Amino acid sequence: MHLGFPVSYRVWKVWRRNLGSFMRTWKVNFIPPFLEPILYLLALGLGVGSFITEVNGVSYSRFIAPALVSIAVMNAAFFECTYSSYVRMYYQKTFDAMIATPLSIEEVIAGELLWGATRSVIYAVLMFPVLLVFGVIDLPSSFLIFPFAVLAGLLFAALGMCFTAITPSIDGLNYPSFLLITPMFLFSGTFFPLSLLPSFIQVIAFAFLPLAHVVRVIRCFTLNSFSPDVLISLAWVLGATLVLSTISIRLMKKRLIV
Amino acid sequence: MTGNTVVEAKNLVKRFGNLQAVNGISFQVQEGEAFGFLGPNGAGKTSTMRMIQCVSPKTSGELRVFGMDTEEHPREIKLRMGVVPQESNLDPDFTVREGLIQFARYFDIPRHEAAPRADELLAFMALEEKKNSTVEKLSGGMRRRLILARALINHPTLLILDEPTTGLDPQARHLIWEKMRGLVDEGNTILLTTHYMEEAARLCDRIVIMDTGKILVEGRPDELVKAHASEYMVEADTSPDVMQCLKRHQIAFDTYGDKVQIFTRDPKEVTRLLLDECSMDGEVTARPTTLEDVFLKLTGRTLRE
Ligand SMILES: Nc1ncnc2c1ncn2[C@@H]1O[C@H](COP(=O)(O)OP(=O)(O)OP(=O)(O)O)[C@@H](O)[C@H]1O
Ligand SMILES: [Mg+2]
Repeated sequence: MHLGFPVSYRVWKVWRRNLGSFMRTWKVNFIPPFLEPILYLLALGLGVGSFITEVNGVSYSRFIAPALVSIAVMNAAFFECTYSSYVRMYYQKTFDAMIATPLSIEEVIAGELLWGATRSVIYAVLMFPVLLVFGVIDLPSSFLIFPFAVLAGLLFAALGMCFTAITPSIDGLNYPSFLLITPMFLFSGTFFPLSLLPSFIQVIAFAFLPLAHVVRVIRCFTLNSFSPDVLISLAWVLGATLVLSTISIRLMKKRLIV
Repeated sequence: MTGNTVVEAKNLVKRFGNLQAVNGISFQVQEGEAFGFLGPNGAGKTSTMRMIQCVSPKTSGELRVFGMDTEEHPREIKLRMGVVPQESNLDPDFTVREGLIQFARYFDIPRHEAAPRADELLAFMALEEKKNSTVEKLSGGMRRRLILARALINHPTLLILDEPTTGLDPQARHLIWEKMRGLVDEGNTILLTTHYMEEAARLCDRIVIMDTGKILVEGRPDELVKAHASEYMVEADTSPDVMQCLKRHQIAFDTYGDKVQIFTRDPKEVTRLLLDECSMDGEVTARPTTLEDVFLKLTGRTLRE
């Protein structure tokens, strides 16, 4: 069992630790998920949206609603597994303490990734009622957001963890935040359809930007309109999650086991 | 001592890139023993401890703990071991008591067993009053005691302590020695590193002195003193006259700072000689030799980087 990947039920112990720490400050943690969609829907949906009659046959608010969920899922997991994981790893030496117990380094990192995904789900769950009240998502298909947020959350958690594993210092994490997350936030079919851009940018977006696929999947849930494209995106997300999780665990092991 | 070997290393090597931190050391630690690692900074003590803790892979050689290979059975080994690392890694996100219960979970100890165990350990380490504060609010010595309490949460039979009493006041140090001795008397095994010779001499049944990745000597503290230094040490203020005089009488001596040191079996004779024949007018002291004298004799007086 020690060969390759010694991952067992013990990953949940790491997850439980992070949940325990999260719940100690739950009040602060629960406010942004409520506030953020309200701010975006007011500013972009009502404000910008009043100049736009329809995007791809739906109101602007309904068009950006799935993007808001996707971005929240991305940010929750990515920032949990970059800055927060880095603090736990480097400053608090939490991982060092854990690997001196029966936990393996693989379990510690896998637990961190699961926790990152959980942050995504928590965010999505808390946003959900706000979006319902604004009437911008359809039921019951939108409930599919929750299981999908686990997968998408894992993807962004693993992506973040790869950077955490190689960054020389906490400031180094600013690079992926600005150079990857910000462009992804804008160019993934979030606030305007990707089809408006030159086709080579569309190709690049769907080849490399996880958020483009996540938005496409979640949009089909909230608008209750399925298309075959979605299956490709689902497969892309699943594949990328497996690859990036494996890489992130390997890189972390390389960094911490010396 | 029951004769069971708890830790066994053969030609153990640890390299970091080109740096040979542990350079082919061999030793055995028996059940119920307190075994100490002494050595100057960078000698390779922590590197050795971390390999035994199964958190750092060895470069070559053999290392078995509880009869199991550290790289094949890390889980089984770690389950029965308690660790006090050199650098504190207490979890700052929890209160003192919650942190212990949290830590117990890593060992599959359920909360209903962990809570009374945590209370018991907090009492054991005289930390009851701090059970609801966060780690940040503890003093350095309290943190050290808490790490020790944490290391005991899983009822380990082997304790690995990397400089457990560094930075502690004499009261806390004595408290920890007393607790450690109690644990050894109950049949547990302790491996510790320390820079305090008194600690090693009091607590350890056997010690090794390491330098530059190698073991220089191994043995009982009192026997090492006997074997590597004469029974007494006479110290006197140094001056060219005194050194001349000692040379004339063919007495071996070391100098450091403004002192000359003479290892001897006959301190009265050396003292008399210094005062009468070398016409010393400064201070002359004679005392029994200690482990520190042996340590300095073997590892030299140069400061390590
Ligand atoms: N992670 C690491 N990477 C590179 N070199 C290391 C690493 N850890 C230790 N070393 C080097 O290995 C050597 C032995 O270090 P080690 O920490 O084992 O010494 P030590 O005996 O515990 O010293 P101290 O008394 O100062 O704690 C040192 O030269 C140190 O610089
Ligand atoms: Mg050390």
